[in-house]
Amino acid sequence: MDSRIRIVTILAALAILVAIIELVRRRKLKEEYSVLWVLTALIVFVLSVWYGALNALRSALGADVPSSALFFCGLVFAVLLLLHFSIRVSSMERQITSLVQEVGLLSIREPEAQQAENGAADTPPRRPSLSEEHQPSAPDRS
Amino acid sequence: MPAHDLLVVIPAYNEAENVGAVVRDVLTTLPDADVLIVDDGSADATSESALAAGARVLRLPLNSGYGAALQTGYKYATRGGYTLVAQMDADGQHAAGFLPGLIEELERTGADVVIGSRFLDRDGHYTPSMARKLGMGVFGRLASMMMRQHISDPTSGYQVMRIAVARFFCSDVYPADYPDADILVLLHRSGFRLAERGVQMKMPTGKSMHSGHRSLYYVYKMSLSMFVTMLRKPVR
Repeated sequence: MDSRIRIVTILAALAILVAIIELVRRRKLKEEYSVLWVLTALIVFVLSVWYGALNALRSALGADVPSSALFFCGLVFAVLLLLHFSIRVSSMERQITSLVQEVGLLSIREPEAQQAENGAADTPPRRPSLSEEHQPSAPDRS
Repeated sequence: MPAHDLLVVIPAYNEAENVGAVVRDVLTTLPDADVLIVDDGSADATSESALAAGARVLRLPLNSGYGAALQTGYKYATRGGYTLVAQMDADGQHAAGFLPGLIEELERTGADVVIGSRFLDRDGHYTPSMARKLGMGVFGRLASMMMRQHISDPTSGYQVMRIAVARFFCSDVYPADYPDADILVLLHRSGFRLAERGVQMKMPTGKSMHSGHRSLYYVYKMSLSMFVTMLRKPVR
């Protein structure tokens, strides 16, 4: 493999590694999210330095040139990263929805007619135990 | 125990013009019922109109979608000790006059959920556009096949259910983004019994909470959701 591409990939891998460590140090990136990034950088770095491993991988993959095997590895990890984020976004969306629901449940407003009946706006609502699960004591009517 | 045991949940998004009439319609038909408007982060006076008409109002701070709004209503009903939950649309499509019939059907058949069907009576009062008709037909048939029970109107949002169903819907099993025919499959897989009763619905006039979704995405989401529902282990 051309030594120029080796230098470029080694530098790229090192740059990613340094950037990730710096981001973790500044608490901009949680350790949890650094795992896949660091792995990507390390693997690209190892394969760039250790030509024998890259060549073995190349022939295992059936690639023509070692550099395409190297980029393939990088790409696989990038896809894994994206998938990881899609999963996190889905779970965060779910969490936000249930938070929004809880906020709504806490700020329930009674109808105006009933507030007038109660005499004051600060009278506690008729249904008191919204914060805890309330099982009906009577069986469902059927 | 609360004084009433029926909660009518009505998700509403920017329905200030219609929601008051819908609330009054329900309270006239069923004076003992509690009406809960789930205001899905409306920009207009939906909350105020509903309050003035005599509903309880639960306002979500962010627009979270039809399913999330409905699920909030289920959570309220479960925690408030209600025994029956009805759900209907805020745009005036569903007339409250059919609620007693839906409840009666629930008691008569012993089902857990009764769906108000536009098509059961075959009176032809409701004629959806070709595209909608096609979608409803395909998913209705698919759902009916998976459930081994004919469902004439799988996309109807006019339903009455027992509190056990609402409690079941409070968990992550509920597709809070856009519940539709897939929840019928989910209910069937979870051992709940469904029944249908014919109702009349007005043709939608403006854009409803459902129409924000593009139909192509709807077809994709519903197919995938029904398919994976069949793949999942029943949770109940």
